[in-house]
Amino acid sequence: MSTAPVAVQPIPRGTLAGRVGRRALDWVPALVVLVLVFVVWQESIAILHIKKFLAPQPTAIASTFWTNRHELISAGWFTFQEALGGFAIGSGLALVVAMVLARWRGVGRALMPYMIAANAIPIIAFAPIMNAWFDPFSKGSKMAIAAVLCFFPVLVNTLRGLTSVRPQSIELMRSYAAGEVETFRRVRIPTALPFIFTSLKIATVLAMIGAIVGEYFGGAFTALGVLIDSRSTTFQFKEAWAGIGVACAYGIAFYLAVAIVEWLTLRAVPSTGE
Amino acid sequence: MSVVTIEGLTKRFEGGTTALEEIEFAIEEREFVSLIGPSGCGKSTLLRIIGDLIQPTAGTVRVNGKPAAQARADRDYGIVFQDPVLYDWRTVARNISLPLELARWNRRRRNERVQEMLRLVELTGFESHYPWQLSGGMQQRVSIARALSFDPALLLMDEPFGALDEMTRERLNLELLRIWEASGSTMVFVTHSIAEAVFLSTRVVVMSPRPGRISDVISVDLPQPRTAAIREDPRFFELVTRVREGLHLGSDLDRKLAAATAIEAQP
Amino acid sequence: MLVLVLAVLWGLWEGYRWLWIHEGWTWPFVVDSTTMPHIHDILRQLFRKPTSGAGGDILLVQLLHAAWFTAKEALVGFALGASFGFLLGVVLSQFRLLQRGLLPYVVASQTVPILAVAPIVVVYLGSLHVAPWFSVAVIASYLTFFPVTINTLRGLQSTDRAALELMRSYAAGRLSVLWKLRIPAALPYIFSALKVSATASIVGAIIGEAPSSIQEGLGGFIVNFNQYYSLNPENLWATNLIAALLGITFFLAIVIAEAIVVRRAPEHVA
Repeated sequence: MSTAPVAVQPIPRGTLAGRVGRRALDWVPALVVLVLVFVVWQESIAILHIKKFLAPQPTAIASTFWTNRHELISAGWFTFQEALGGFAIGSGLALVVAMVLARWRGVGRALMPYMIAANAIPIIAFAPIMNAWFDPFSKGSKMAIAAVLCFFPVLVNTLRGLTSVRPQSIELMRSYAAGEVETFRRVRIPTALPFIFTSLKIATVLAMIGAIVGEYFGGAFTALGVLIDSRSTTFQFKEAWAGIGVACAYGIAFYLAVAIVEWLTLRAVPSTGE
Repeated sequence: MSVVTIEGLTKRFEGGTTALEEIEFAIEEREFVSLIGPSGCGKSTLLRIIGDLIQPTAGTVRVNGKPAAQARADRDYGIVFQDPVLYDWRTVARNISLPLELARWNRRRRNERVQEMLRLVELTGFESHYPWQLSGGMQQRVSIARALSFDPALLLMDEPFGALDEMTRERLNLELLRIWEASGSTMVFVTHSIAEAVFLSTRVVVMSPRPGRISDVISVDLPQPRTAAIREDPRFFELVTRVREGLHLGSDLDRKLAAATAIEAQP
Repeated sequence: MLVLVLAVLWGLWEGYRWLWIHEGWTWPFVVDSTTMPHIHDILRQLFRKPTSGAGGDILLVQLLHAAWFTAKEALVGFALGASFGFLLGVVLSQFRLLQRGLLPYVVASQTVPILAVAPIVVVYLGSLHVAPWFSVAVIASYLTFFPVTINTLRGLQSTDRAALELMRSYAAGRLSVLWKLRIPAALPYIFSALKVSATASIVGAIIGEAPSSIQEGLGGFIVNFNQYYSLNPENLWATNLIAALLGITFFLAIVIAEAIVVRRAPEHVA
């Protein structure tokens, strides 16, 4: 924003090990917090006599997880596949549509308010309908829910990214007699990448939520959401919490996977600075 | 007592660049001092060290007889950047009153001072405007009004007119001299423009890069108060040439450009 | 323009329906009166009494009451979540150590399937004699706080460097810089998050009603109509229509609030 010559310090360049070490050190506070939380949880259950069945001790949950690990992990994998499929379909479609709308700006600009409004619709209400359309026991029904949940956020953000290029950059490309496709490839898409990745990270979370919530309205018995729900309603809270832990783990892994792809991609394409 | 005293000032950045080396300098009350030099000569850095926005590696800076840090805490100076840095969500009046709010002035005093300042920069009637409704030159005048609102002894300016067109720039130069006269502050002014430096200043400090050093200090003996006509005075051109020569001492490249730009000095 | 878009959507729906039934295509799903009722049938259903569920008012009136009920839960959840999210964002922006320690968990918190935790939350709060609707509000706030936290943090950290230098030249204290510069500068980011959160709070409220066995809200209606879907598919679709309108209304309310609060140069609105 400012064009003033602020006195700039040269970027410190340490050895590779130094830089990695600094990053690793950044995680220490998070680890400390994790350990603290577990310890407090473990102890306060005993001390405060909180009903064990509602919030079991971490050690109890851990041992339950270990006993049922095969069932839990495969159930998590089943649900994760639904989320992944929905994520791929929804985001993929959204990226394509966004690129089309960025190409034909008039249509894009006219439709933008409607897409933003569509983003405001609680899609989750359509979960039961998806179950009616597709076989509730198949993965497809949950994939559909996840896909719809992912579609609009990715579309809106990608479109915003593709159209937020500075006019001068476009003019520069025109002066090189670069065609639309070239301009897209060299300017618009790199500019849009930060936006795209932000929305993809959000989409991973939405896809998992979509898959699990969808299962609540009816799903295969091998699915994680159904498992957690049935254990909750039969008051087997240790198993339910173990299931929640597995869902968390898959969710975090999914998010981190996208974050790693983002890091790798954005190293190669320097960000234009949002 | 000098308003600004700099002794043995050195600034080295991480990575080895020496921005400033052994700067010795003093600025007297009511002077108008310009710092001029090519990119990398450290003039902006020097300005920020005076304002205690950057810490020196060695040497001392005293402002108003105090260490620079104390002067900043006591709000002894105002600063104007090339970018007006006005807050979009505040009106012109509230932008000017920002430092006064921080200094905990009461509302009545603040309003009075804001009106005074608007009169000083000739923007009366624009109190309720928002920054984006003003031209670049007007925004910069608001920025100057804000910098002077708490009546500082010293005004630091970092290429304030750099982003404006030549005509507006020349007009604002005259404005600035009038404001200088009316406020009685001491001015330290960083610029790229030789003509601007000579026109505005009582003294011009010429700096050279790598490492940043003072290569010449030129007293500008043109009559005060300055008028537009002075830009065509022969003495003006002599001084401009002298400043230019001072700048060429610093770099080979500049010497080559000197031949090409010698044409510029012709009336 | 709106009319045109709606007309196009109506046309697409009916056209798709007609084509699929006519050709007997079964991919991606079978099309008949149950899976894709005629739009005019859905609209007509709004003015009839639903066959399942309590008699009395026509469906539209019942749905509006339900929407209002859910809206109240969502509003409380939104207020709680947005306030908490904002405060958390401010705190994290000021204390680097806390940020590194807590941010991963803030992000991870959203991967916890709230629907799974919801029954536990409801039972626990119930044992504290909290009304069920408040439990739903808590669930809604859980979905609300995250975008607000992240965007507040980002907005507070993205303050213009020159503006910060200016504040330093005024020897302004940390609190003054926060209140007079960082927060006003962060407002566009915060409102951008509030728009997302508005929808999230409604989603949370609808989802939260199910495990709380609340009948009076939209979530309750959805669960009910879902059970009898094959008998009367129009009911569920009509409910979804009202839910969609509720979401959009919430969203528009934030847009209006933003226009009032954020007085900026037009191109600065995020």
